[in-house]
Amino acid sequence: MTTLTDPPRESFRLSMLIYDTRYRSMTIQVVAMICFMLMAAWLINNTTQNLESLGKKIEFGFLAEPAGYDINQRLIDYTSRDTHLRASFVGLLNTLLVAVMGCVLATILGVFIGVLRLSKNWLIARIMTIYVEMFRNVPVLLWIVLFMAVLIETLPSPRAFRGDNATASMWLGDTMAVTNRGVYIPEPLFSRPLGDLPVFGAFNISLELLLLVAILIAGLFGARVIGKRADAVQEATGDRPTTWYIQLGVVLLPLIAALLAMGFHLGYPELKGFNFAGGIHMRNSLIALWLALSFYTAAFIAEIVRAGILAISKGQTEAANALGMRPGRTMRLVILPQALRVIIPPLISNYLNLTKNSSLAIAVGYMDITGTLGGITMNQTGRELECLLMLMLVYLAISLTISGVMNWYNERVKLVER
Amino acid sequence: MKKTVFFGALMAAGVAAGAAAAATLDDVKARGKLNCGVATGVPGFAAPDANGEWKGFDVAVCRAVAAAVLDDASAIEFVPTTGKTRFTALASGEIDMLARNTTWTFSRDVDLKFTFVGVNYYDGQGFMVPKELGVTSAKELDGATVCIQTGTTTELNLADFFRVNNLSYEPVPIETNAEAQQQYLAGACDVYTTDASGLAATRATFENAADHVILPEIISKEPLGPLVRHGDDEWGDIVRWTLNALIAAEEMGVTSANIAEMSAAAGDNPEINRLLGTEGNLGEMLGLSADWAKKAIMANGNYGEIFATNIGVDTPIGLARGLNAQWTEGGLLYSPPFR
Amino acid sequence: MSDVSFVRTEMLPQQAPPATSVGLVGWSRENLFSGPVNSILTILSLIFIYFVISGVLHWAISPTWAATSLGECREMIAAAYGEGAGHKACWGVIRERWLQLMYGFYPPYPVVPSANFGAAPEGAWPAFFRPNLAFVLLVLAVVPVLFSNLPRKMLWITAAFPFLLPWLLWGGTLWTPILVALGFVIGYLVMRFAAPVVGTIAGFILAVAVPLLWWGFAIGPLADAFSSVLPLAIPEVQSRDFGGFMLSITIGVVAIGCSLPLGILLALGRQSNLLILRSICIGFIEFIRGVPLITLLFVASTLLNIFLPPGTNFDIILRVMIMVTLFAAAYMAEVIRGGLAALPKGQYEGADSLGLNYWQAQRLIIMPQALKISIPGIVSTFIGVFKDTTLVSIIGLLDPIGLSNSIRADQAWNGIVWELYGFIAVLFFIFCFSMSRYSMYLERKLQTGHR
Repeated sequence: MTTLTDPPRESFRLSMLIYDTRYRSMTIQVVAMICFMLMAAWLINNTTQNLESLGKKIEFGFLAEPAGYDINQRLIDYTSRDTHLRASFVGLLNTLLVAVMGCVLATILGVFIGVLRLSKNWLIARIMTIYVEMFRNVPVLLWIVLFMAVLIETLPSPRAFRGDNATASMWLGDTMAVTNRGVYIPEPLFSRPLGDLPVFGAFNISLELLLLVAILIAGLFGARVIGKRADAVQEATGDRPTTWYIQLGVVLLPLIAALLAMGFHLGYPELKGFNFAGGIHMRNSLIALWLALSFYTAAFIAEIVRAGILAISKGQTEAANALGMRPGRTMRLVILPQALRVIIPPLISNYLNLTKNSSLAIAVGYMDITGTLGGITMNQTGRELECLLMLMLVYLAISLTISGVMNWYNERVKLVER
Repeated sequence: MKKTVFFGALMAAGVAAGAAAAATLDDVKARGKLNCGVATGVPGFAAPDANGEWKGFDVAVCRAVAAAVLDDASAIEFVPTTGKTRFTALASGEIDMLARNTTWTFSRDVDLKFTFVGVNYYDGQGFMVPKELGVTSAKELDGATVCIQTGTTTELNLADFFRVNNLSYEPVPIETNAEAQQQYLAGACDVYTTDASGLAATRATFENAADHVILPEIISKEPLGPLVRHGDDEWGDIVRWTLNALIAAEEMGVTSANIAEMSAAAGDNPEINRLLGTEGNLGEMLGLSADWAKKAIMANGNYGEIFATNIGVDTPIGLARGLNAQWTEGGLLYSPPFR
Repeated sequence: MSDVSFVRTEMLPQQAPPATSVGLVGWSRENLFSGPVNSILTILSLIFIYFVISGVLHWAISPTWAATSLGECREMIAAAYGEGAGHKACWGVIRERWLQLMYGFYPPYPVVPSANFGAAPEGAWPAFFRPNLAFVLLVLAVVPVLFSNLPRKMLWITAAFPFLLPWLLWGGTLWTPILVALGFVIGYLVMRFAAPVVGTIAGFILAVAVPLLWWGFAIGPLADAFSSVLPLAIPEVQSRDFGGFMLSITIGVVAIGCSLPLGILLALGRQSNLLILRSICIGFIEFIRGVPLITLLFVASTLLNIFLPPGTNFDIILRVMIMVTLFAAAYMAEVIRGGLAALPKGQYEGADSLGLNYWQAQRLIIMPQALKISIPGIVSTFIGVFKDTTLVSIIGLLDPIGLSNSIRADQAWNGIVWELYGFIAVLFFIFCFSMSRYSMYLERKLQTGHR
């Protein structure tokens, strides 16, 4: 029997910091850290020196001063006497609005086009290919200004609606006006309103909306419970009770009842003075930006969807058919879960791109956060450093949230390798 | 460029190390070029033509300064700036002076630390509307959609005006004049508001200029002038007195036609002599040659001539002198004496 | 009995397929009218195509090539079609301004900067000789990389191109690019000959430090000295004069060229197991990818000078190039990281078992495969960067979109929209479309059957 002896203990020598792999990584990291710190110190030092010579200080007090400018589209109350901070917040909400609208439309269009590109109809497939290539290969900024130009040049101005020999008329039985200042659509009004709920004293949320959302969620939950019941019955007896009309009723009836109780009616736009009044005004800038971003991103999403569908091998469909599944269930239970694994990560990163591209709103005068905080506020106050810092942090927060969701999803659907 | 420090092939292009803060004059002379910030395109004030040559009222001020300092009216790098980039370009030393219809305000002078050397155009914000609307006063604009150029004082004035008069309006912010014009003509806004000079310039280019009226209200004071950084008074003096020389030349009747003759020898009028360098040493005091003002005037003529060629009544822009006439003719132009 | 058969003994001759399933008719039955839904879709699309094409043609066919102003265009259209001809294009603006849209304010004859292209000075090179030559060289430099069946000697052009490009576009003395290139040679020589003497690590450090010192301190005086003996200089052009598509392409090419190596380093840093290094790389990549390019351009135009030592003054185009490069590098890093992650673990383990060290493994085994996998992603990053160069118009640089605003500020062309945007869109489309087609070709070619 041999006894195990420890190898002779090496005494530590300085050269081991470089030549011994145990310490080398430590050395490299320390050197990298020092370089990084030096670099940061250098930048900060330069900045303070330069700011000093310009006579500026880093301070955020300007945010509390009155902004002085008006913003046409605002989701919360705002006047020109409100502060720069509030103006930025209005801008942030506008950014989020166009981003969400853009993501929804881009997804719908993208899926539609991606599927049609695989259509057996030669002409349709070609048209969709042309669409994808056309939108992918021209800068999005150009698309935004082009869409804006189309809206401005081809639609009638409100003046054309006026007078006896009006050259333009409203759509859908005088409920909707499409003008080159934007689209006016009917707005929901309540004759017995519930009032507003102030949040932090900063802005109000309408209680009607909250109530409706709450009822809708409750309804959906109820429908789900009924669905689960039906599943249980099916497992036990093999027969599935027909439940769709009950589910529909559970969702819709309370909603309709609530609407009736609050006196729901529509407010229609009318031509008054220079403009249409009443109704919801979707401004040109919003529509141009929304459509341009959606059409542009849809071209990318179409390619992702197509690739996702093509990535599922035919054997999967055939195997499902061999098990006796009907086409709908094959799609729902076999193809889609696998295709989504391929589709969703790039899809989310396209949402991210869309959100970032929405900063080009400045080209059409849509007042997003780049237009307020990074635009007029920055110009008027001359606080570039502070404004840009805040602007970047806001975008960074949005991006990190979205990519956090993506990572969570990736983690969940990851195939386990050895 | 000779004394450039190179850090690899890329930077060979343009890291010019050198003090930006002080002695702008020396920098300009060493460089042999004046870096002058102008607008990216405002009709009559600054726009490049088909040959890439910059022309306009503001451009002429740059040319006069370049002629005075470098003896060459074309030794200029024109740096197109937007409303957003203009002040940082000047503050960072990227440009030596800014001549980009910029309004002289307290905060720009004091807080942003720039020296406005004078006023080359007295302007004010006005409104333009189509005649068919039948509007005769800005007070009737309640509920109107107003196109404004962003990044200027215009939107602040507008907000104040409508607020004070208790009117509502819908602002449509737009980046460039060209786009604003497009929207206005298509009827996407009822009113276009910007400096009155810009309105006139814009209206001049319309197919049917007579169909549009400029409302009588001028809602703000917009003294537009060239500016330089705080902290280099010598350079500020040069730009200031070059501008004054152009104005004084008009007052004294010195034009590009007669300047050669007038500067050949000292004449009867001592102030003209001092201006043109045939008497006294004003140029030397500025650190320039004795005939600096002569060169500046010869670059594009005196103030009146510059006005007439770029934006005057005979140009498509067709602006009357109005406030910008000499003080002797009821205007506000008043150059301090050259002595 | 036996000669009676109830089954046919000889084959029937093959019959021609029915007329409805061959030729044009058969093809359209199969591909266009294979069912009621498809037929309706086809007819709708045909109507749509008709309207689009007739609308575009009606607008585009317009004898206004010679016009010198929008007013003149209107007269020409009225003369040719009478009043009420509808909306017609005015092509005069493209004829008059297309050189500007291409080159911005780059002097056509840098020898005589004030000469315009109407008046060629005596004995000068053809107009825009330098940018054109640079573009031709760009094509020559890129082609051998793209198509591997070309003579390998052409790669020398590729190697020389990064040094020639700045010289051709910005001018100055040829000594500078030569000496800069020499820096790389020096670095290589140090690595080659000093490393065996002083050891690998010290040799590596030397190979980085010596060229840096050379670039930092030796090149300026040496270039001055050499050029005083033999100038080899061409007139200098300020980068402010760059504009139009030339500006887009220059920013694009520089950003693409610099971002690839930077991106590889960042990707390796992000994959490495050195915690601090990895955190720095992740922080950088996520920061850059998290903010829109436009905010980075705002930083370039308003803040970069504040971050640098007092008195430093880059010109704006260089600042923009730096920012776009950093931006592209972060995206490139993610694409390459994807390629690295897609490699099977066995490749890494195989490299380890062969006893290769980190850099050898990367160079010989990992990178060639990872880069190959990521080629489609790399090309689409390239396309994205090239398209994103249009954003510089927002900070006042005169790229094609920026120029279109300046052109519209000119009295003569005030009010023109579609012609300029259309022209710009078509040019961008041609560039980006050919790049994406190439990437597809490459994908097919490199498909070595790993699936």
